[in-house]
Amino acid sequence: MLNTLWLIPILPFAGFLLNGLFGKRLGKGFVTAVALLASLGAAVAGTIAVVQYHAAYPTGGLHLNLVYNWIASGSIGADISFQLDPLSVVMLMVVTWVGFLIHLYSVGYMAHEDGYGRYFAYLNLFLAEMLVLILGSSYLLMFVGWEGVGLCSYLLIGFYYQTDYAPAAGKKAFIVNRIGDFGFLVAMFLMFAYFGSVDFAKVSSIAAAGGVEHWLLTAICLLLFLGAVGKSAQIPLYVWLPDAMAGPTPVSALIHAATMVTAGVYMVVRSNALFRLAPGAMMVVALIGALTALFAATIGIRQWDIKKVLAYSTVSQLGFMFIGVGVGAFTAGIFHLITHAFFKACLFLGSGSVIHAMSGEQDMRKMGGLKSKIPITYWTFAIATYAIAGFPPFAGFFSKDEILASALNNPYFPKPFSWLIWSLGTVAAFCTAYYMYRLVYLTFFGNFRGTHEQEHHLHESPASMTIPLIILAALSAVGGALLGWPHHHFLAAWLKPIFPEIGGAPEAQYEISPNIEYALMLVSSAIAVIGWWIARTRFRDRGLEADDQFARNMPAVARGMENKWYVDEAYGATIVRPLEGLSQFLWRGIDALIDGTLAIVGYIVAAIGDLLRFFQTGNVRNYALMFFLGVIVFIWVLA
Amino acid sequence: MNWNDMIYILPEVILTIGASAMLLVPVTGGRGAKLSAKWMMIILLAITAGALIYCSHAVENIDQSRQLQAMFALDGFSIFFKLLFIGAIAMLVMLSEDFLAEGKYSPWEYYSLLGFALCGMMFMASGVHLITIYIGLELLSLSSYILAGFYKSELKSTEAAMKYFILGAVSSAILLYGISLIYGVCGSLNLLDIAAAMSTIVTNDALMFGIMLLGAGLCFKIAAVPFHVWTPDVYEGAPTPIAAFLSTGSKAAAFAIFARIFYTGLHDFHLEWNYVLATISALSMIIGNLAAITQDNVKRMLGYSSIAHAGYVLLGVISLNALGLRGILMYSVVYVFANLGIWATVLMLRRHQYAGERVDDFEGLSRRSPLWAFAMVIFLLSLGGIPPTAGFIGKYFLFAAAVQAGFGWLAVIAVLMSAVSMFYYLRLVVAMYLREGVEAEFAITTPLRIVAGICLVVTLALGIVPSSLIDQAVLSSSHVAAHAALTPHAGR
Amino acid sequence: MLEAVPTTEAYLMLSGTLFAIGLVGVIIRRNMITVLMAIELMMNAVNINLVAFSHRFASLEGQIFTIFIITVAAGEAAVGLAIIIQLYRLKSTINVDEARELNG
Repeated sequence: MLNTLWLIPILPFAGFLLNGLFGKRLGKGFVTAVALLASLGAAVAGTIAVVQYHAAYPTGGLHLNLVYNWIASGSIGADISFQLDPLSVVMLMVVTWVGFLIHLYSVGYMAHEDGYGRYFAYLNLFLAEMLVLILGSSYLLMFVGWEGVGLCSYLLIGFYYQTDYAPAAGKKAFIVNRIGDFGFLVAMFLMFAYFGSVDFAKVSSIAAAGGVEHWLLTAICLLLFLGAVGKSAQIPLYVWLPDAMAGPTPVSALIHAATMVTAGVYMVVRSNALFRLAPGAMMVVALIGALTALFAATIGIRQWDIKKVLAYSTVSQLGFMFIGVGVGAFTAGIFHLITHAFFKACLFLGSGSVIHAMSGEQDMRKMGGLKSKIPITYWTFAIATYAIAGFPPFAGFFSKDEILASALNNPYFPKPFSWLIWSLGTVAAFCTAYYMYRLVYLTFFGNFRGTHEQEHHLHESPASMTIPLIILAALSAVGGALLGWPHHHFLAAWLKPIFPEIGGAPEAQYEISPNIEYALMLVSSAIAVIGWWIARTRFRDRGLEADDQFARNMPAVARGMENKWYVDEAYGATIVRPLEGLSQFLWRGIDALIDGTLAIVGYIVAAIGDLLRFFQTGNVRNYALMFFLGVIVFIWVLA
Repeated sequence: MNWNDMIYILPEVILTIGASAMLLVPVTGGRGAKLSAKWMMIILLAITAGALIYCSHAVENIDQSRQLQAMFALDGFSIFFKLLFIGAIAMLVMLSEDFLAEGKYSPWEYYSLLGFALCGMMFMASGVHLITIYIGLELLSLSSYILAGFYKSELKSTEAAMKYFILGAVSSAILLYGISLIYGVCGSLNLLDIAAAMSTIVTNDALMFGIMLLGAGLCFKIAAVPFHVWTPDVYEGAPTPIAAFLSTGSKAAAFAIFARIFYTGLHDFHLEWNYVLATISALSMIIGNLAAITQDNVKRMLGYSSIAHAGYVLLGVISLNALGLRGILMYSVVYVFANLGIWATVLMLRRHQYAGERVDDFEGLSRRSPLWAFAMVIFLLSLGGIPPTAGFIGKYFLFAAAVQAGFGWLAVIAVLMSAVSMFYYLRLVVAMYLREGVEAEFAITTPLRIVAGICLVVTLALGIVPSSLIDQAVLSSSHVAAHAALTPHAGR
Repeated sequence: MLEAVPTTEAYLMLSGTLFAIGLVGVIIRRNMITVLMAIELMMNAVNINLVAFSHRFASLEGQIFTIFIITVAAGEAAVGLAIIIQLYRLKSTINVDEARELNG
């Protein structure tokens, strides 16, 4: 398997081709079989590869599998080459297995939808592209996957193309991500121009060897981070992710929570050698992460749509991951990425199960008291909520705590800045516990507030949906303790080889003194408990009233939260409209330019004499004039 | 003059005779046989291609220095482009079938004009003497003017022809004036002699003037800013197969002479002209891409897109190194195939006489023909330069060449503008996949399917396993690169 | 050689002037026939240049080119007139300003 790593992405790609080309003709059974086999195949093949990798590289080296020389031309060659190293292994396991579970879940969830084949074709394609992204051994191949997952994401967001909002949401995701791609492309380009390579290993060793100018490293890091900001939905480019919930719920779980949106975090960790040498860039990463974590969490407090709450929660949790990688705790960032994949996938799938039970209703104001009606969903959801809120010993507790502890004790930044990041993160953690329990109490407790018909319809989801829920809930419960028990940190030991020794840069894995760590753990737990307690007292019995009261007491704040702090509107006014204007200007501008120039030249010609009367704007002649002026300008410039 | 020398232009001779014969067919009363015009043309193209391949093998034994008194070179560079042209024209013949079937136009005239245009393109590719290049260019242009106005009953088509004609004639005159000044300073019209004469000249105003005028004329042909204004108008007004022709074959021929003239003839004054061309290239990329964003008409959008692509190709001329030359060769191939695929789609989505030219016409294509929509996505990604499509390979070489030549800033603009271009390319993807369309009629015919299939396979294959194309481009460009005193290896 | 034979510079000035007149003619004249004539003027300016240089270098290349240009110009005029007729049929005018349906 190690020398045929390309098989892993090829399997789901084959699934895509089969379902895309023949899915419609061969029916649902065929589509289901192909899609599940393709994703399971990738997961099994990936696992075999990982086992073999571990046997071959017990200390965690870099395994390269050159498929072929893609571009072979002297100094500017590029290879198609896949790699396995401890980081890829982690990502591979998360992506394939969570991916498979969500494929499985989709079978039940999408059973009654039109476009069943289309859905699974896209989902398989997504898996293939995601695998290229995480297995590729260069930024170039990563970019191939990066664009590919983006494309699938747009297509799946707009899956319900008959609605008004879904295509618009897809388009928005697409446009916002272009801005991030600028960053990625230019960063790649700078690496190519100055390092002569875009291979991870080469770039990393060139940077680690020292001697690279500081501005260059900072520029590359910031540009890469711009790419990450787009893909991982951070301030200021997060606006697409909440809208992306227009897609089917399993898609939200897989693409917009567990895998694709974490690609930015993966990219930063992958580039850790560069980032560690550019503390300025890391400061930006940490600050953006912290601000996003808090900002999105506050918005989550006042949302009514169950998926919107989870979407803002995802943005906020991604912010936590960026705090982690931004303060140099790359392991903690990846740790949170993994636990988040478990509990957020579980939460999204759980919400999907709720929506399924509610016959498509997503508004929490119409729910309530579902606990007894859909018990499996409730229990799995509750476990995942413990995890995200940071209750010990659930998964989220360990990872979030590690991030916050590192934020406070990192060797990169001055103390006040570390304190700032930590406090922002801690407040965000509090908000997380609060909005999550608000969601749980509004949804599962109290009286049912929906229509009679909906109540009549309430049912637990089929096994293909509940089994993934149970597995993910189990992982949310114990995954954190297994992977990252403080000071017996399996993940830290596993990932150690991916951080090269760099002279002049701090260690990528730094020790935090146990006393401080335990103290901070207490703080984290306390915060989770307080958040839960407040939510419980407000919402458990009083339901919606609590929110009304909040709106009465602080109307301005409540309105701000409810309207997502007016960010979309601000974008409309400051970026979209001027850009449209600019584009319009340049389009019309060509005519206008000619007309304007003509007017000026017209006067000159008039001064000469009679020629003026021939002078009227008309297209061909204007074009000819433009030629003429173009030539004149060249010659003038050259002389 | 030795009859053996005629072997160099055997393909062109065959093509000229064939095209002339086709022009005479209606006179002799063969009017009824519409279908056979197409097959005649295909057969003629096949014979021409065969002759070309035969010649290319035969000339290896002939003394290269005596090539028709150094007016006409049958080297790797020209053979590369000629094969590309023949391929492009063959596909255009397939694309034209519906257009001809629906109008009352004589296919014989149409195909013979295409044949003459091809002949002009082939002369352009081989021209190493400014007379040859000019004659080829005019043969192509005159045929194109007529073809652009082939929709005789449509005002738009006539208007397009009129604009194209006036501006084309003016640009030819400007180009000629530039040539005359270069002749006046260098005393020759042969590119190698010009290069030799230029190497002894330090600076000369008349020469600079001439180079600029020549460059301006060439910029018109490739549609670079500020000589681009005709492009969207003519693409919109011309019959769609002809717009496809103008944006693919005709443009590739212009790239070929651009490269040939600047690499072989004018390389000594590199430092004088490269900044001017760099400015043109930057403006083309910026204005072309930004103006395309707001277009609702696909033909106009492709017009602006082709302006931007001219800007990318200019990178290869500006950098004046082996990589750049290879980049031009590869990009021409890549661009022709991706573009033809898109034009095939435009032709498939018919609405009245003018084919599917609005962005909304693409709506819902993914559900009505998933495979076709997928192919379209690949073509668009290729034009946008996204790996693993062929477009990425072409851009990779052009951008790398620019960096190597010290034009990093220009390459950055190029990268940014490629990212911008994805805005409007993927607008079509959004329309195809995220919208529900009902309006556009839908007529997939076998010839269209063949063309789209070929383009899809080529675009994907060259993107995934580009080594054959790269090797071919290295081989084909070595002769011209040697003229420009470039080492055949990457970098100087 | 007679003393009165003009220098190459003089020819250049003449051709430059003719070329400029032609170019300005294309830019300012609306009648397409006139535009066509202006284009011919530009072509002929080139011819003067080529012949003058050819004379100076005592090489035939320039004159050969001139003959080619004259031939091509004839072809170009034919195509141009055909387009004019076409335009006149459809629009009953040969004023280039009135054909501006394609823009933007």
